[in-house]
Amino acid sequence: MEFFHDILNYSFLQRALITSILVGIICGIIGSFIIMRGMALMGDAISHAVLPGVAISYMLGINYFYGAVFFGVLTALGIGFVTQNSRIKSDSSIGIVFTAFFALGILLIAKAQTATDLTQILFGNLLSVRPSDMWITVSVAIIMIVIVTLFYKEFLISTFDATMAQAYGLPIKWIHYSIMVLLTLATVASLQTVGVVLVVAMLITPASTAYLLTNRFSTMIVLASFIGALSSVIGLYISFEHNLSSGAVIVLVATILFIIAFLFAPKQGMIIKAFQSKQIQK
Amino acid sequence: MTKHYALEVKQLSVSYDGVSAIHDMTFCIEPGKLIGIVGPNGAGKSTMIKAILELIPYHSGSVRFFNKPVKQMRKQIAYVPQRNDIDWNFPILVEDTVLLGTYPKLGLIKRPSKKDKTFASQCLQTVGMYDYRHKQISELSGGQQQRVFMARALAQEADILFLDEPFVGIDIASEKMIVDILKKLRSEGKTIFIVHHDLSKVTTYFDDVLLLNKTLIAHGPAKDVMTPQVMSEVYNMDFQLFTESGDET
Repeated sequence: MEFFHDILNYSFLQRALITSILVGIICGIIGSFIIMRGMALMGDAISHAVLPGVAISYMLGINYFYGAVFFGVLTALGIGFVTQNSRIKSDSSIGIVFTAFFALGILLIAKAQTATDLTQILFGNLLSVRPSDMWITVSVAIIMIVIVTLFYKEFLISTFDATMAQAYGLPIKWIHYSIMVLLTLATVASLQTVGVVLVVAMLITPASTAYLLTNRFSTMIVLASFIGALSSVIGLYISFEHNLSSGAVIVLVATILFIIAFLFAPKQGMIIKAFQSKQIQK
Repeated sequence: MTKHYALEVKQLSVSYDGVSAIHDMTFCIEPGKLIGIVGPNGAGKSTMIKAILELIPYHSGSVRFFNKPVKQMRKQIAYVPQRNDIDWNFPILVEDTVLLGTYPKLGLIKRPSKKDKTFASQCLQTVGMYDYRHKQISELSGGQQQRVFMARALAQEADILFLDEPFVGIDIASEKMIVDILKKLRSEGKTIFIVHHDLSKVTTYFDDVLLLNKTLIAHGPAKDVMTPQVMSEVYNMDFQLFTESGDET
């Protein structure tokens, strides 16, 4: 109960709580699109590829957000360019582009020699969220919710049936790049919470849990956000009480929620499926 | 007033990575016809309709619908993809799938109204799938899935319809229902293109046939095109294969 007492007293904890809840929501929304579009690897790629942007931002003395977004978008464009202009398949070009940026980032971070070391960027540290970082996360959440609400129809149909979307004249390429930009924003907003290495978990684990629980895409987005936020809150609480790495604990909480859905989901769960196949055999 | 063709294709050629997929196709289609697009495997049937709809680029030729470029006609065209192009595990219910058909006319941002939803329900009733409206699309049989996509095309209220292999892997009752709906649409003046590979029913289903094999082999009334001579010429290599697969079903 000390945690709740401390939240009222320490602003750094309040910031950690707000930021982590928002990150859960942001990642739940964009993660739902990412997994249904079969782009989980893209989430991993962009989160790693923003590293040089973070380093350059430190060198220039600006908020790491700007550099990270720049490199995130550059990565999405780079991957698209390699895939479209060669016989290299999409997953390979993702691998080539993001590892190159990540490697560059490692060198630049060492050169930048900031107080923030590589470990913090790689694994996140919720308790060191500055007010400016929190406000960036708030802005990203607002942008995300507004855009997805306004263009839900277009995002839905281009995700479910891109050919029909294209046939009736939707600019599916632009929609793809908009989703890439939103993905980059989500990734950058998550850096402080879970770090570069584990961002992909926040993108795909809560969304996958939600996918097992519903047959409606709009419900899936809301559920994924809720599950993401819940993982964040529980994870922050446990990591604070037991002095553990916040990002790792949040991801493990999200994983436990996934396992519960995987086993017990009312329609898609393993147990109900095993039971149903037994019934059929009888 | 000059009479406009529903579709006018001139010297259409498409190639992938320098390999020609379809070559120099020219034909005109009058409105109010049910047209079968027929040809052996790899003849470029799907490629042709995708090129006509400008879903893939073509490197030469021109396509006009009612004497207008595709760009201006997109909202009057409905496209039903092949069944295996769809992710059936997508979290979407039958009723919401049909509602997608109302999207093209809504424009950006605007949400479907109550009227749109009622109309989508009517389309679902037309294909006899209203009772399944709360099912997720993977819970349906192949024929039911195709009927749902037929309902979605109906909800688009398009003047021109393209269906890519709609009868593959579906039951006879669903096939008959879809054919009846298409014939009714045709009698209302709509122009319908169907990519089809089951040769036995071509003459009963279609008014006209476009017979392809990398290029246009023949175009005309189904009975005139589907003669033994023409067929053996086009299906020469595949004829053995065709009878084998015919025996299986």
